Amino acid sequence: MSGIYYALIVGMFVGAAAGYLGSIMVSRRMALVGDALSHVALPGLALGILFGFDPFVGAFALLAVTVIVTWYIQKTTALAMEAIIGVLFVLALAIGILITPQVDLLEALFGDVANVTSLDAAVTILIATAIVLIARAIYGKLVLAMISGDLATSSGINVNGINLVYLLLVAAVVAIGIKEVGTLLVGAVVIVPAAAARVISRTLREYALVSSAFGATSAISGIAISNYVGMPAGPLVVIVGAAVFAACMLAGKTLHIGKYVG
Amino acid sequence: MTKDALVVEGLGVKAHGRAILENVSFSVRRGSTLAIVGPNGAGKTMLLKALLGVVPHEGTIRWLDGTVRGYVPQSLVSTDLPISVGEFLGLKCGDDPRKCMGYVGLGGGLLAQPLGSLSGGQLQRVLIAWALVGQPDTLLLDEPTSGVDIGAEEPIYQRVTGLKKRLGMTVLLVTHNVHVVLHYSDYVMALNRKVIFHGKTSGISGSMLLNMMYGGKHMMPRETHARLR
Repeated sequence: MSGIYYALIVGMFVGAAAGYLGSIMVSRRMALVGDALSHVALPGLALGILFGFDPFVGAFALLAVTVIVTWYIQKTTALAMEAIIGVLFVLALAIGILITPQVDLLEALFGDVANVTSLDAAVTILIATAIVLIARAIYGKLVLAMISGDLATSSGINVNGINLVYLLLVAAVVAIGIKEVGTLLVGAVVIVPAAAARVISRTLREYALVSSAFGATSAISGIAISNYVGMPAGPLVVIVGAAVFAACMLAGKTLHIGKYVG
Repeated sequence: MTKDALVVEGLGVKAHGRAILENVSFSVRRGSTLAIVGPNGAGKTMLLKALLGVVPHEGTIRWLDGTVRGYVPQSLVSTDLPISVGEFLGLKCGDDPRKCMGYVGLGGGLLAQPLGSLSGGQLQRVLIAWALVGQPDTLLLDEPTSGVDIGAEEPIYQRVTGLKKRLGMTVLLVTHNVHVVLHYSDYVMALNRKVIFHGKTSGISGSMLLNMMYGGKHMMPRETHARLR
């Protein structure tokens, strides 16, 4: 099987998992958190390149540490998550740019889906499947915590605990998405499909499924177009996603569905 | 068999180093409605949260063994999610959502409607339906008609009272509405960080109640002072 097929498989699984998680992120008004968080991966990638271990392990490790630090600061101070991530993001980006070897910087920033191997594909499928399964198990709890923290806590839900699990899942999807679109654009893979699905969805079930489907479709289309026109896949995946978003806006207004109901 | 559904002794709650509730002690009879009144910031909502175990507290809270609690919050943080009424009720495992909707006089047709599109009165009734999922024997209602039109308030309280009698529930109700306290509660507790008054509703008048809610104990009649804790 040639590299393009592996790339398409990776794109489909990452897109679906990112879209699924994104539906929660957009609803929690954390869209920019997802974007900022993705940039935190850069110094992790750089450490991997510098010290000779898998850069994506480095990326995930740094993302996970950032998520835990963010979660802890949010839990113990009055600071909003966006403010905390904002501080950590610029710090990580600054360190990442300083320590990433120039020759690898472009690939880290924009991804390189052409170099996906069968091992990359297998690992991505496993991680993406685990992400969706865990997210599905806590989806209802996350939704209830969003609707009312008191209702959730009084129903026996550990709101802080599931928030941490959710953020770690976002860290994992960002880590596996970097190969596809790079650290600069991976946040868009989480957010854009969910934003498009939000416009036309009436129910939670619809929202999660459509967001996941848009994520997978945008990734496959972007990678296929990239292979055809010989341009980088990452930006094309994001552009296809944005086109889907525009189409959904139009469909929502024209057909009076989703947010436009009533 | 004990007659108390709940016994609270020496309850204290602090937030940001400030005492919200201090040495609060009271009990609630099974099958009765206790109205909790007091000015804004008196700690009424915090009291319910402490009773639900949502906030850390000191002192003891003893629910009757096997008590199942249903809670209706003052408001929801977000109803902007694309979530239908049926999906919302489905987040809490228990009874058939249609049955709970029936208890509060809402038809099953509303189950497919987005939660965010409901009127204030419909939303509050859905929240009461939520609280009824799992067949609770105690309802904790935190200003359940805040944001509801005056005309729509009465049917909600009538419904709650009907359910209380039908299902034999104990009700703890936080409210600012004097009419509601006088007509729908058996006992009233005035709170302002501490318990200012706790007694039968039948023994007090509307003006006394207003004093307890918005004034000070200095304005109360002598016989009421005698019952102060």
